Amino acid sequence: MLEIKDLRASVEGKEILKGVNLTVRPGEVHAIMGPNGSGKSTLSAVLTGNPAYTVTGGQVTFGGKDLLALSPEDRAHEGLFLSFQYPVEIPGVSMVNFMRAAVNEKRKYQGLEPMSASDFLKLMREKRAVVQLDNKLASRAVNEGFSGGEKKRNEIFQMAMLEPRLSILDETDSGLDIDALRIVASGVNTLKNRDNATIVITHYQRLLDYIKPDFVHILYKGRIVMSAGPELALELEEKGYDWVKDSMDN
Amino acid sequence: MSALSQYIDLYRNHRDAFHTGAPQAMNDLRGVALSRLEVASLPRKGSEDYEATDLSSVLADDFGVNVNRRDFDADVAQAFRCDVPNMSTNLYFCLNDRYHPSRTALLHDQGGVVVETFRQAAHKHPQLLAGHYGRLAGLDNPTVALNTLLAQDGLLVYIPDGVTAERPIQLVNILTAAMPIMAVRRLLIVVGREAHAKMLVCDHSQLTTTQALALQVVEIVAMENSTFDYYDLEESTATNRRISSLFVDQRAGSNVLIDGITLTNGFTRNNYRIEVNGEHADTQLMGMTVASGRQHVDTHTFIAHNAPRCHSNEMFKYVLNDEAVGAFAGRILVRPGCPRVEAYQGNRNLCASPEARMYTKPQLEIYTDDVKCSHGTTIGQLDEEALFYMRSRGIGIDVAHTMLMQAFMSDVIDAVRMDLLRDRLRHLVEKRFNGSLASCANCVSSCKTPN
Repeated sequence: MLEIKDLRASVEGKEILKGVNLTVRPGEVHAIMGPNGSGKSTLSAVLTGNPAYTVTGGQVTFGGKDLLALSPEDRAHEGLFLSFQYPVEIPGVSMVNFMRAAVNEKRKYQGLEPMSASDFLKLMREKRAVVQLDNKLASRAVNEGFSGGEKKRNEIFQMAMLEPRLSILDETDSGLDIDALRIVASGVNTLKNRDNATIVITHYQRLLDYIKPDFVHILYKGRIVMSAGPELALELEEKGYDWVKDSMDN
Repeated sequence: MSALSQYIDLYRNHRDAFHTGAPQAMNDLRGVALSRLEVASLPRKGSEDYEATDLSSVLADDFGVNVNRRDFDADVAQAFRCDVPNMSTNLYFCLNDRYHPSRTALLHDQGGVVVETFRQAAHKHPQLLAGHYGRLAGLDNPTVALNTLLAQDGLLVYIPDGVTAERPIQLVNILTAAMPIMAVRRLLIVVGREAHAKMLVCDHSQLTTTQALALQVVEIVAMENSTFDYYDLEESTATNRRISSLFVDQRAGSNVLIDGITLTNGFTRNNYRIEVNGEHADTQLMGMTVASGRQHVDTHTFIAHNAPRCHSNEMFKYVLNDEAVGAFAGRILVRPGCPRVEAYQGNRNLCASPEARMYTKPQLEIYTDDVKCSHGTTIGQLDEEALFYMRSRGIGIDVAHTMLMQAFMSDVIDAVRMDLLRDRLRHLVEKRFNGSLASCANCVSSCKTPN
């Protein structure tokens, strides 16, 4: 589904990704862990086409297409979704209008007619339940005045609405209390099926207690330096990132 | 020869025609206006309050004035519709500078509400004209003096004490001519004690190749405890020039909202001067400009707090595209002896293209302690983070731009105190941003001309 080969990228002239290789197949959950500044968020930004980052080398194919050649919106239309570490507030744009535009733009890309107002509201209602998002939040401006937990739930709600093939969860656990973490994780697990895949970017093991990865990768200094099964996350939790640093730098 | 002298000559050469049939109150002021103009010079571009605007070039063309008051075909006006769906208004037309009621307006008497031309009012309500005409519109501004020299008629709106006008009063200004023309327009609005009314003025132009100038002066008197809303919506064309000066005298306890909206135009200069003369008065001064191509929109505001315990809120927003130029200069004055005044001023602008230019100058002048005042101004671009967030959800860049610009205007649109007009504006602004409201000439849904 996703194949990353020797991906290099920089921001403001500084190279952050220095040759990342990763393959994700349908039905898989991959966790990417790593110390601060290792390039985890850069990887998610580059994959979704954030214009602040420059790709300096490598290839990415997604569902057989050259992902890096697509605009951010077309990447979304092809089924890529990013749950932002810091969801953006957009005053003056209501969640309803925002989601309607997103859903209908995707339908247009697929050659479908816009969804009727009643079908759309029904879909909103159904998907809100996945993360127990209050109706009041859905009628407010995008993320404006939402608490940290509400913002993260709102990300998973959008994921539910758009039904992506590949979701990247960027530090979705940061700023969440344990109850919100459970709700968000259960939402992600509900949406999981044989045909879609998830990349979980996280600093800590605790999210992985709720979202079970098939593979764990450690990103360090812009490269994936270790890949293994879920046991790697536990080992990392026990030994800390210094263990990685020491074994890599020496 | 200055741009003004051609009009001074025009007046001198046709003095009798200008005076004939015009009310005494108008003719009485022409002499003073003339003497001011004889020594006046137009402010240079770059001078105080004219940072971005060259009035001399705006007035330089040889615009014709309808000196002999040739009548127009009223059917043209009747055929013209400026619809706010489902909103019933008492509708009046002004074709260039001649006023005409619609048939519906004649059918709906509103408890003594007076809407009549100055020429009619000279016979029926001479005391209103004598008492208020030219009282607020200071002749030290050369464009106001020019209007006062050349105006031959105007529209009087009078809401008697205690009367509430249930139907909004709507005035549709239309410019139409085969050659360059100057429309000299004048409005006098007197809202009596405890009286309540709303007015919507729509500026349109049917001219797409002929240059035209609308030179207008509006005087509004809001008596004690009255409320008055004045919405001024300009949807004209690139060949249209507009110089408008609006004056307000607010008495104690009055509540006035002035909203100036420019969606399409050529050149526009809007002056607002609001004198808050009584305690517990509330002033809302709002404005919204969407400009593209080579549109030019310049706003100058002055709010004088001359009494204690008043509240004013001012907000102007601009979205500029292509090579559009916007300017805003706003001054709030709190005179000595006016404690507990609250006055807020904001001007927020988006330059959506590298060639768009915005000039802004906020000013507060405070001579009393114990007041709450603030001003703030910003010029920026669309939020890149919000844009990327929307695109990452599949919203294409053009749609995302439109949604963000629309969102930027939302608080000014929300400030409109007429539900149907607010909905209409939201729709018009959206159309303006997505490019389907290029100019008045083809805005099929807002201006229907029956076959």
